[in-house]
This record gives sequence, structure tokens and C-alpha cells, in this order.
Amino acid sequence: MSLSEYPEVAQLLISTLAAGLILAGLFFLFVAALGVLRLPDVFNRAHAVSLTDSLGALFLLSGLALYQGFSTNLVRIVIVMILLCLLNPVIAHATVRSAMRSGVEAWTREDS
Amino acid sequence: MNEFFLVVLISITLLIGAYLYRVLRGPTVFDRVLGLNGISTKAIILLVVIGTVFNRVEVFVDIATGYALVNLLGSLAIAKFLEKRGECVDVAE
Repeated sequence: MSLSEYPEVAQLLISTLAAGLILAGLFFLFVAALGVLRLPDVFNRAHAVSLTDSLGALFLLSGLALYQGFSTNLVRIVIVMILLCLLNPVIAHATVRSAMRSGVEAWTREDS
Repeated sequence: MNEFFLVVLISITLLIGAYLYRVLRGPTVFDRVLGLNGISTKAIILLVVIGTVFNRVEVFVDIATGYALVNLLGSLAIAKFLEKRGECVDVAE
């Protein structure tokens, strides 16, 4: 049952809700990009990439999933959300651990 | 609603530029790996949005799933390689 088979009012409501979720996701993605550009060292940037990026992606994908209506496509997008939720922290952790162990100096206030 | 999705597509594509800057300029190699990770997350989102625009979500979502898994493998391999600077290392460690 895709979105176009819903009654008119429900369509409008779901579309508005999906657009709001997508805009929230875009906001978080924008903040993540700002963090990647502006933060001082690799640990701070990992913070921006893993946390904010995952949140933004989850918001955006949930908006898209809502827009699909009650169908199999919704389940597929939810699977991608779960994958992102699992994989993003793992990758960030592995990268930061390798940075830590190969001796990257953390940024301190005196460096600025 | 289609124009809205096009705007979303264009803005995510512009956001990739920030990560590309970090990949090109990053002082350490780990900055570059993080930037690549961010770009691949954006690529996954872009694939799903493109699928919504063309009304073929089921195809594009499958590609996105595969891309996410390949991205995990590549990033883990690079991280493990850099951790010991090219020496062979047990992944299960």
C-alpha cells in the first residue's frame, strides 16, 4: 500500500511529517559538515563524523521511509538505517583507535 | 514533492564538498579516512533519495546496502593497516 492509496488528509499529513524529518536530517548533516571543516584535530573530527552524521542520516532516512507508505520499501529503508546505526560507530572507533595507537597528538588549548 | 527531493539531493551533494576538502587537505592520514567515511555515508543517503525521486526505491536501496557493507570492510582494513603501519596484524585481536 503506497502513499498514493491513502486518503487525501492522511497523505498531506504524512508528507508534511516526512518533509519535517528530512529537513531536520539535513540540518544535522550540515552541522556535521561544519564540524568536519572547522574542528581542530582528528579526534574532534571523528566526533562530528560519527555522532552527528549518524543522527542526521537516521532522521533523513526515517523521513524517506515514512514517505513510502506502509510497504516493503519501508522495511528495506529501515534495514539500511539499522546497518548505518551499526556500521558508522564501528568505523569511527576503528579509525580513532588506529590514530591513538600510532601516536597522533591530541589537540590541547595551548596549541591554538 | 519531487522538487523538494531534488533540493535535498543538491544540498547533500554540496555537503560532500566539505568532506572532500578534508580528504584533500587533512593533516594526518586518519583525517582522510574519516572524510572518506563521511562521503560514503552521504553516498548511501544519496542513493536512497535518488530511488525516491525515480520511484524505484527497491533497486537503489539494495545497492545502498551493498555499498554500506563494502564501506565497512574497506574502512576496517585501512584502519587495521595503519594501526601497525603495514605490519601483518590479527583482526580478531
